[in-house]
Amino acid sequence: MYSSSDLRKGLKIEMDGDPCVITDFQFSKPGKGQAIYRCKIRNLSTGSGFDRSFRSGDKVKKAALESRDFTFSYEAGDDYVFSDNATYEEVHLGAEQLGDNKYFIVEDMQVEILFHNEKALDVTLPNFVEKEITDTEPGARGDTTTNCNKPARIDNGYEIAVPIFINEGDIVRIDTRTGQYADRVSKG
Amino acid sequence: MIKNLRERDALLQSIRVFFHSEGFIEIETPVRLKTPCMELHIDAEPSGDHFLRTSPELCHKKLLACGAEKIFEVAKCFRQGEQGDLHNPEYTMLEWYRTDGDYMTALADTQNLLRKVVERRRDVPSMFSNDWKIFTVAEVFEEFAGWNPVEEFDADCFDFDLIEKVEPALPKDCPVVLKDYPAELCALARLKPGNPQVAERWELYLGGIEIANAYSELTDPVEQRARFEKWGEQRLALGKPVYDLDEEFFQCLKQMPPACGVALGLDRLLMILTGAKSLDAVLPFRD
Repeated sequence: MYSSSDLRKGLKIEMDGDPCVITDFQFSKPGKGQAIYRCKIRNLSTGSGFDRSFRSGDKVKKAALESRDFTFSYEAGDDYVFSDNATYEEVHLGAEQLGDNKYFIVEDMQVEILFHNEKALDVTLPNFVEKEITDTEPGARGDTTTNCNKPARIDNGYEIAVPIFINEGDIVRIDTRTGQYADRVSKG
Repeated sequence: MIKNLRERDALLQSIRVFFHSEGFIEIETPVRLKTPCMELHIDAEPSGDHFLRTSPELCHKKLLACGAEKIFEVAKCFRQGEQGDLHNPEYTMLEWYRTDGDYMTALADTQNLLRKVVERRRDVPSMFSNDWKIFTVAEVFEEFAGWNPVEEFDADCFDFDLIEKVEPALPKDCPVVLKDYPAELCALARLKPGNPQVAERWELYLGGIEIANAYSELTDPVEQRARFEKWGEQRLALGKPVYDLDEEFFQCLKQMPPACGVALGLDRLLMILTGAKSLDAVLPFRD
């Protein structure tokens, strides 16, 4: 259990049975009044946000969260199947749970999956993934220095802004946390 | 940061110039106390077999009882567990008292002080305008929270509605004073002669931030003891430490003439003057 004085931004707590994270925190106290801990909270299961204020003596449950290492195995329809590195147990995650991560996942990728009471909530990929550019307009010859970007696509259709010197067939590194181009790995 | 050190220095100078021109003398009183002031929601930091003061109030009143007439102190105070954008467990309070006046005299002092503080500044934030708005607590609660805490008091609702409904709705472009608090929130203020439902207490807000608290001081030792004892019992019920009562203080109250006093958060004032949103900008050694 946390007491209200432990509350802070980023703390993971359980509210009404759901895992939540405090996204904003403010300590308020009228000069002669009681301390009020005002929180903005996001439900990690549903993604929805809400406000909640706590009093001095209030207790808040810790979220029973656990992170385990997995390897991505295969796609099965809309599901993505991962196997537990320790137990080989399989876990299925839906496309909507993966969000944009589904564009960056590749076979045998090592990932971390976050569980709340054995229910998979979120998957964290390695920070960078290498992907081939399959579709982009050719850039101007010799133009390797400008900061101008142009649209491009990778094999699964994900659209990404790349520098003008990137061509079809090039392998680029993408930052999975932002979904943005990081650098070029090799020329196609 | 260095700019704000200069701002603090200039602020302190203008405060001292103001009080000396009004005939006040600057005093120093003990930081370590055997018997900190007993208030329901203010917790003192232990310091060996003493406590660090949460306010210099009781010492100042003892000096008034001994004949001091106009006194002020730039006082480091300590309050356990208060940490946030607008709170620091160690902070500077500007506290002053004068005999021969009530909470409205204290308001005139405060208005003159703030005028002095911004007098030579080039950019003065809009909330320091000369157009002061003065409301009763009953008025603002009826308008913004839909109930009257003077007629029917609810301590828990009062704190939440003050923070979540009333304070955000107060005008931000001028000084705002809330006065005549429900008698239950009298603290060390006297009840209004002829209307004991309210205490002669006001709070000043600048830009929606609570900045100062003032009373017509309670000088009745019997009433004061009863209040401290009640808050002691309430603290006990909440599992908070209960402080010993300062018997010397009750003795002094018998001699203390009518007086008024103000406690003003100096770090917050500096923060507002410099346009900062958090005490981080004006306190260089924050945890």
